[in-house]
Amino acid sequence: MSGSCHEPAVASRPPQAPAIVQRIALAGNPNVGKTTLFNLLTGLRQKVANYPGVTVERKSGRLVGHESIEVIDLPGTYSLNPRSIDERVAYEVLVGRMQGEPAPDVVVCVVDAANLERNLYLVTQIMDLGLPVVVALNMMDALAENGLELDVKGLAQRLGVPVVPMVARRGQGIDRLKEILLRGVPPPPAKRRWTLMPAVTSVVEDLARQLGEEVPDVPKQQRFFEALSALTSDTLLEVWKRQAPRFYQAVLKARQDLEARKVPYRQAEMIGRYGWLSPLVAEVLRRRPNAQERTLSDRIDAVLTHRIAGPLIFFGLLLLIFQAIFSWAVPFMDAIEAAVAWTGEQVRAVLPDGFLEDLIVDGAITGVGNVLVFLPQILLLFFFLGIMEDTGYMARTAFIMDRLMRRLGLSGASVVPLLSGYACAVPAIMAARTLDNERDRIITIMVTPLMSCSARLPVYTLFIAAFIPNIPVLGPLNAQGLAMFSLYLLGTTMAFVAAWVLKTFVFKGESAYFVMELPPYRAPQLKQILYRMIDRAKAFVTRAGKIIFSLSIVIWFLASFPRAELDPALVAQRQTLETWYAHARDSLEAAGASAAALAELEATYEARLAPIADAEAARQISQSFIGRLGHALEPMMRPLGFDWKITAGIISSFPAREVIVGTMATIYGVAHAGEDEIILRQVLRADPAFSPLVAVSLMVFYVFALQCMSTLAIARRELGTWKWPAVMWAYMFALAYLFSLLVYQGGRWLGLG
Amino acid sequence: MVTLRDLRPGERGRVTGYVSDRLPPRIFEMGLLPGTEVEVVRLAPLGDPIDLKVRGFHLSIRKHEAELIQVERL
Ligand SMILES: Nc1nc2c(ncn2[C@@H]2O[C@H](COP(=O)(O)OP(=O)(O)O)[C@@H](O)[C@H]2O)c(=O)[nH]1
Ligand SMILES: [Mg+2]
Repeated sequence: MSGSCHEPAVASRPPQAPAIVQRIALAGNPNVGKTTLFNLLTGLRQKVANYPGVTVERKSGRLVGHESIEVIDLPGTYSLNPRSIDERVAYEVLVGRMQGEPAPDVVVCVVDAANLERNLYLVTQIMDLGLPVVVALNMMDALAENGLELDVKGLAQRLGVPVVPMVARRGQGIDRLKEILLRGVPPPPAKRRWTLMPAVTSVVEDLARQLGEEVPDVPKQQRFFEALSALTSDTLLEVWKRQAPRFYQAVLKARQDLEARKVPYRQAEMIGRYGWLSPLVAEVLRRRPNAQERTLSDRIDAVLTHRIAGPLIFFGLLLLIFQAIFSWAVPFMDAIEAAVAWTGEQVRAVLPDGFLEDLIVDGAITGVGNVLVFLPQILLLFFFLGIMEDTGYMARTAFIMDRLMRRLGLSGASVVPLLSGYACAVPAIMAARTLDNERDRIITIMVTPLMSCSARLPVYTLFIAAFIPNIPVLGPLNAQGLAMFSLYLLGTTMAFVAAWVLKTFVFKGESAYFVMELPPYRAPQLKQILYRMIDRAKAFVTRAGKIIFSLSIVIWFLASFPRAELDPALVAQRQTLETWYAHARDSLEAAGASAAALAELEATYEARLAPIADAEAARQISQSFIGRLGHALEPMMRPLGFDWKITAGIISSFPAREVIVGTMATIYGVAHAGEDEIILRQVLRADPAFSPLVAVSLMVFYVFALQCMSTLAIARRELGTWKWPAVMWAYMFALAYLFSLLVYQGGRWLGLG
Repeated sequence: MVTLRDLRPGERGRVTGYVSDRLPPRIFEMGLLPGTEVEVVRLAPLGDPIDLKVRGFHLSIRKHEAELIQVERL
């Protein structure tokens, strides 16, 4: 490979030196090493924000050693005809139409040298925008491995733009690229080198003229491309509907004419560009005579997508991921919970008793804990997803599962997000970004929260252990295991039903398609995966965190106010106990008792205080807003078998499902009584308001109800609107109510109540 | 009339046209255009979608779309 750069001999280079570069945009197809190059250029000091109004991330940084120059990593796209949000963002940034974002001074088009023809398609589109372009010809190593040779100089000459051969992964070529960027790049030759079929050309030229008259702001060089895009893409035409109504009408008419003449105008652009590129690439690319037809990647695929081995390997991998998320994450989650509890105690020790202390410890610190406790699972899941994405395996899972998923109204690419939902809906919803079809992505996000996540587990565990007998049913399976399995099955089945309903009734008529590249397998880069994990974790903590945090405080407030008036009996008991303790301690001290004896006394005191504190807490919550709400809503929940206590528990667990366990402990006055749930189970069983039927009804309620602020917050972020999260909450609540009603009333009718 | 769907794994063909214009534009952008040579590499384990080799890279499309693409066997 030659390490130097080749610049074209362009005759008509503008005489004046190009303007000083201030903004560099990186564009390119997905999986070509754009992010690797971006990290190389910016040295990993990057800012991640969102483009206004959309959920696409805007990644930017400063060129190493030249702080005044901004580098932007555009989303990976196959073309500039905006068919996905990613493509729309890339397009709008490049034409300078993105709000608050002038067009870049130069575009570095990252290209996979081993897949030249398809990659150059986008390059020709960007050249047509008239922006200065440098081609970063990446993956020169892969090219050599595939037994191909490339005439880089010839390529630069034919394209008319500078071409820099690179191996971004090893940092090769970066110096040359920077040198060219800093020296300044002239705009590409004004004359288009590809030809559009004449029947379409004349129409587009006419339209370009009309567009120029109506909207003179559009730079001269961009008019042809804009007119062509409007002619061939409905989304792009819509942009002009208000801005240039006459042009809009002209395009509609031109389409009719072309259709009447049977001109394939919608493919004309592709035919024209590939018509130029195919022979061009054939001229500069040579296959070495001894090169193997099947690449290493092809041979790996023969195993990983094999009819039998393929699915087996996929399910094996899923098992491993589950195992990791369910068991490896647990010690970390426990540690976080312990750390949060410890912090709370330290703060309690410092602050004076009272309102502020409770607000900070029970409201704020617990709220932070509710957010942080998800982090281990999120990080682990993104680690695995990162490896799958980086190696190219993710595309294969979609390939393997597509047929099955399509039957259910989803696409193969929905598999990974859905299964991740068993761990936690938050990273699962974020993982749905890999779906490039908007319809499939919305459906996937909408049904993912029905997969029973790990936060439901404590709820299931408590009520199953309390009310389902541990009797054998079949072989190793017992009634408790069967109950747990049924709950998971119920949620999963309903996710598929919901997907089918959305596909059939809400998105009816919209055609979904599956056109996906299966990229070559590559060794993953650990550093990049770790960075992406941290990025996503940060996004979760900062964005979902704010909402969860504030709602946790609200819920705390609702449970703590209004203050219950004191029960004279309890006050008297507490006073008696305290007087006794003070006396006993004084006399022990006077007698010069050992520290051990004093500690024993204190332990006795605390053990006797606990039931009193529990009774006070139970009184407080019963008279708080949540308790009152529980009483007020009881008539509505009664048909499901829920009394005011369960209702209050459900309300309190709106921020996070597992909160109900703690609330029940408080309501039943056993919050301070013991470490584990055994006591809670006993009092629940002893309460006549509870029965196995009520417990089943309650668990079914938790299978469906969307009791999770993080999910709502992340869905809002990913879908860019509150509409879908609102629908999500409502339909899941409706399902929860309906199914609990069926279970409870059906059970009573069968005489199980 | 032979369509891309009729090719068996290992068989090659050349695109001659389209049965309908319902095809997603992405297919054209990926270079599956009249005159393009294409090889059916394999079917997914459940028989659909299919893995194609076009212009030196692997592209996966569903049979539903494949049967709208006319080819001549090579
Ligand atoms: N063989 C090879 N692989 C590379 C090179 N640059 C990046 N990669 C790998 O290509 C894959 C995609 O890279 P990434 O930077 O995420 O690409 P992006 O999707 O365009 O942002 C990763 O597995 C990289 O490790 C290179 O020069 N040679
Ligand atoms: Mg990237």
